[in-house]
Amino acid sequence: MTDLMTTMSLLLAATTIGAALMAIWGKRSLPIAILAAGLVSLLASVQFLLLAAPDVAMTEAAIGSGLTTFLFFFVLGRVRGGSND
Amino acid sequence: MTMLLDIIGGLLLVAGTAFLLFGGLGLVRMPDVFNRIQAGTKATTLGTLLTLAGATCLQPAWGVKLLLIGLFLLFTNPLSSQVLARAAHRSGAGKSEKTSIDRLEEDQRKKP
Amino acid sequence: MVDWLIHLAALFAGVAFLLALTRFIKGPSAADRVVAFDVLTIISITGIVLAALTEGRGIYLDVALVYALLSFLGVIVVARYLEGGF
Repeated sequence: MTDLMTTMSLLLAATTIGAALMAIWGKRSLPIAILAAGLVSLLASVQFLLLAAPDVAMTEAAIGSGLTTFLFFFVLGRVRGGSND
Repeated sequence: MTMLLDIIGGLLLVAGTAFLLFGGLGLVRMPDVFNRIQAGTKATTLGTLLTLAGATCLQPAWGVKLLLIGLFLLFTNPLSSQVLARAAHRSGAGKSEKTSIDRLEEDQRKKP
Repeated sequence: MVDWLIHLAALFAGVAFLLALTRFIKGPSAADRVVAFDVLTIISITGIVLAALTEGRGIYLDVALVYALLSFLGVIVVARYLEGGF
């Protein structure tokens, strides 16, 4: 692992923690929380790639950042208008 | 010869990431959603394409894969920005007072 | 020489990443955050290409291809949600 990769890893790790905190505590709005959770997945996938695991990174990007976010938005569009938030 | 190609590739990489930097700067500085879409997709599309060209100069063996990524970005990025701008307009995103021309609203008012 | 240029490019991409992240945190509406998410995905593609160049492993580019697909589909789905579709 070269110097550049270590710096990128550290930046990504700090950003991942920040995005996770935002998914929990940001604005108390569901779309923002879903987007922040997608961001956590995206950054974790780049982190896996930098740790030399391209197959894990591909799976995480396709399922964690792709499918889960789309499914959440799909369900949120269907259940909109419920009585309890 | 290969030295020259390396230097050209490195300069293309730096130029492409500089365009990414300008796109990020526009994303922070612009006043409303539509201007941010404009800055955030046009500049980053050009920047990514330049970066992929630079990587092709540095490693010519990866050319096909990089060309595939570039072609895909070139097709899908304008489409997604247009869909997003239409969705922002329909969901009533606020315009700043500097955004004076709105052709979509004029069209909708003309034929209801 | 080339290593130095790649480092400079990584520095530019990192600053662009932080700027887009600022907009993601600050953005007043959901559309702002979607634009910032799209830009973050595209900057990640550039970061992956730079990492592949540094390590010299071409297999990393497959992940970049998945990312290109992902940014498109994500924006389409969120735009449908914002329009009130589904």
